[in-house]
Amino acid sequence: MSGEITFNDPWWLILLKVLAIFVLLVLLTLFTIWWERRVVSRMQNRIGPNRVGPFGLLQSLMDGIKLALKEEIIPKTAHRAVYWIAPVISATMAFCAFAVIPFGPMVSIFGVETPLQLTDFPVSVLYVLAIASIGIYGIVLAGWSSGSTYPLLGGLRSSAQMISYELAMSMSFVAVFLYAGSMSTSQIVAAQEPIWYCVILLPSFLIYVTAMVGETNRAPFDLPEAEGELVGGFHTEYSSLKFALFFLAEYINMVTVSALATTLFLGGWIAPWPLSLWASANTGWWPVLWWLIKVQLFIFVFIWLRGTLPRLRYDQFMRFGWKVLIPASLVWIVIVSAARVVRNEYSFTTQQLLLVGAGVLIAFVVGSWVLQIRQQRREEADIREAARELAKPFDPYAGGFPVPPLPGQEFTYRSRRAMAGATVAGSAVPAEATASAPIDGVPETSEEGEKDA
Amino acid sequence: MSEVEPSTGEAAVFWVCAILSVTGALGLILSRRAVHSALWVALTMISLAVLYIANAAPFLGMVQIIVYTGAVMMLFLFVLMVVGVDSSDSLVETLRGQRIAAILLGVGVGILLIAGVSTSLTGVMSVGLDAANAEHGGNVEGLAWLLFSDYVLAFEVVAALLITAAVGALVLAHRERWTPRKSQRELSEERVRTGTHVTPLPNPGVYARHNAVDTPGLLPDGTLSEITVPAPLRARGDLRPINTAAVEETAALAAGNDVLAPSEYPVADDPGTSPGEPR
Repeated sequence: MSGEITFNDPWWLILLKVLAIFVLLVLLTLFTIWWERRVVSRMQNRIGPNRVGPFGLLQSLMDGIKLALKEEIIPKTAHRAVYWIAPVISATMAFCAFAVIPFGPMVSIFGVETPLQLTDFPVSVLYVLAIASIGIYGIVLAGWSSGSTYPLLGGLRSSAQMISYELAMSMSFVAVFLYAGSMSTSQIVAAQEPIWYCVILLPSFLIYVTAMVGETNRAPFDLPEAEGELVGGFHTEYSSLKFALFFLAEYINMVTVSALATTLFLGGWIAPWPLSLWASANTGWWPVLWWLIKVQLFIFVFIWLRGTLPRLRYDQFMRFGWKVLIPASLVWIVIVSAARVVRNEYSFTTQQLLLVGAGVLIAFVVGSWVLQIRQQRREEADIREAARELAKPFDPYAGGFPVPPLPGQEFTYRSRRAMAGATVAGSAVPAEATASAPIDGVPETSEEGEKDA
Repeated sequence: MSEVEPSTGEAAVFWVCAILSVTGALGLILSRRAVHSALWVALTMISLAVLYIANAAPFLGMVQIIVYTGAVMMLFLFVLMVVGVDSSDSLVETLRGQRIAAILLGVGVGILLIAGVSTSLTGVMSVGLDAANAEHGGNVEGLAWLLFSDYVLAFEVVAALLITAAVGALVLAHRERWTPRKSQRELSEERVRTGTHVTPLPNPGVYARHNAVDTPGLLPDGTLSEITVPAPLRARGDLRPINTAAVEETAALAAGNDVLAPSEYPVADDPGTSPGEPR
């Protein structure tokens, strides 16, 4: 078992791959920070960092060195051990997730034939999810251990957000698993050889891309770091190298979700169409380049979103996740599995299936439209009914015993004499209710209200 | 029964994870802070997951981390953090003899478990995992096959139980709205219609020393504007006192009178709370 999952690589090759992934991720982080600043600058008619190194490429390296050399400030109220371990959890988990991402096909490294992937096992994609859920601990613990209000709120917010969006994210994987018949990343890439899953599983792809932005706490879903509300979110009280670790983790997570999107939906390292006409596009070291380009495409989308969209309000954001993304993925999973079953059990052509699908879709749209109109009418009628109900004068003794008014109903005070008169006149109010204590305790405010009126 | 000697790697994984998981379990019962206990449990769960994976059950290991560490434990942490950040258990015994009873029962359960597991280890013949996995083409496929064929009823019953629990929690936490929620549009229309504050309320006072929310802003005539302080603080009476000399000075300026020269300026009683420093 242990030999299989690392492709029977010798120990020095495993070590080499680990080192390569580590270096690649750190370099990608440095590059992404620079790239983000430059692209956002262009979008805002600025130039961006262009002084340190060619095109300002070394800017983020310099910033990183400066950050590491800064004075570290730890709040007195911090819980030291947890405060220390939180950024470590965040950063290590960010690096760990990359172990199962395939970068390329079989290559020869120092005479050993091996795929460009550190490890692969039957549940690789679940491994990424598991690592992501441990990574959330880093954020929650950072928020809690800082011993301060803003980080606590930021930590709670971001973990609530990441858990909610992880659900939608993992549901978008289900369709891919059904089509690939596997949860191993290399087999999913291999299964996309003729056509990528972003084409045949477009809804899953769209759900994943939305969820991945929420999962990484990036704009427009960057509520955990909403400056106007929470200062810096969970890392408000962190400085120096510990803050740098969180920063690193955030950018690596961006690269990880992009790499996962590439693996699951964009055919991993497989060359895109015009390039795939070239016979050796999918052999040797070239696929690493295609893979990098695809990942950078996603990162550009991240930056583009940040430069374009304003931040969502928290309740809107959560409603979107739970009431739109998750139900949509559930419906889509049912459709995909039904289509799979029909194709496996009966001999339908793709064309027939598509026709039936289109018919069902049209029926669904028309049906939901009609239902929505009926629902709207019913709601309007309900509101009118409620308004009529509220417009009636409120009688606290209508049911035989005193009740407080509903919201929107006005309690008009009637003096005991008037009540007694009413009883004498033979109204429905029973005599013992008139004499009972609550009438004596009628709030003074209503009496004043009557006087004012 | 087939005796298989574990490899060196597997033995190393076992000893590391075994020590970690027992440490986590001990930490759970020995730490006084609830959040620390939750963290120790998370450690135990992750160590167990690694052991599952090392024992050729990768699916179980991953699901253990995703479901227990990622979801269940995280919810626990959530509740602990929301309920009380600094709450720690008191060690005063409220039930007499509870500790002794708990220790006795714990030891009893331990003996039962050890007895049961040791019989199953010595008395039951192991078929081997490879044969079971090969039948349906892999560990995950085999599990899926069992779940959706032999154990489908149990699976569905557990699902129904979980959904019932979730719906029950929703029903218990549900609060009925009597009036429809006002939308952002309706709220803004209402503000315009009443006309008292069409724009947002003014900010708290911003001075050289204080821009805290409990510092009221000053009106042009030097009086305090209470609406600049958030309503909850107002209700508690938490208005930061203002240097009266500064207020008088502002009022004097507003009335067109001369004010004192900086050197004649009276020293404030509480310099820490004085917004009007000598200029």
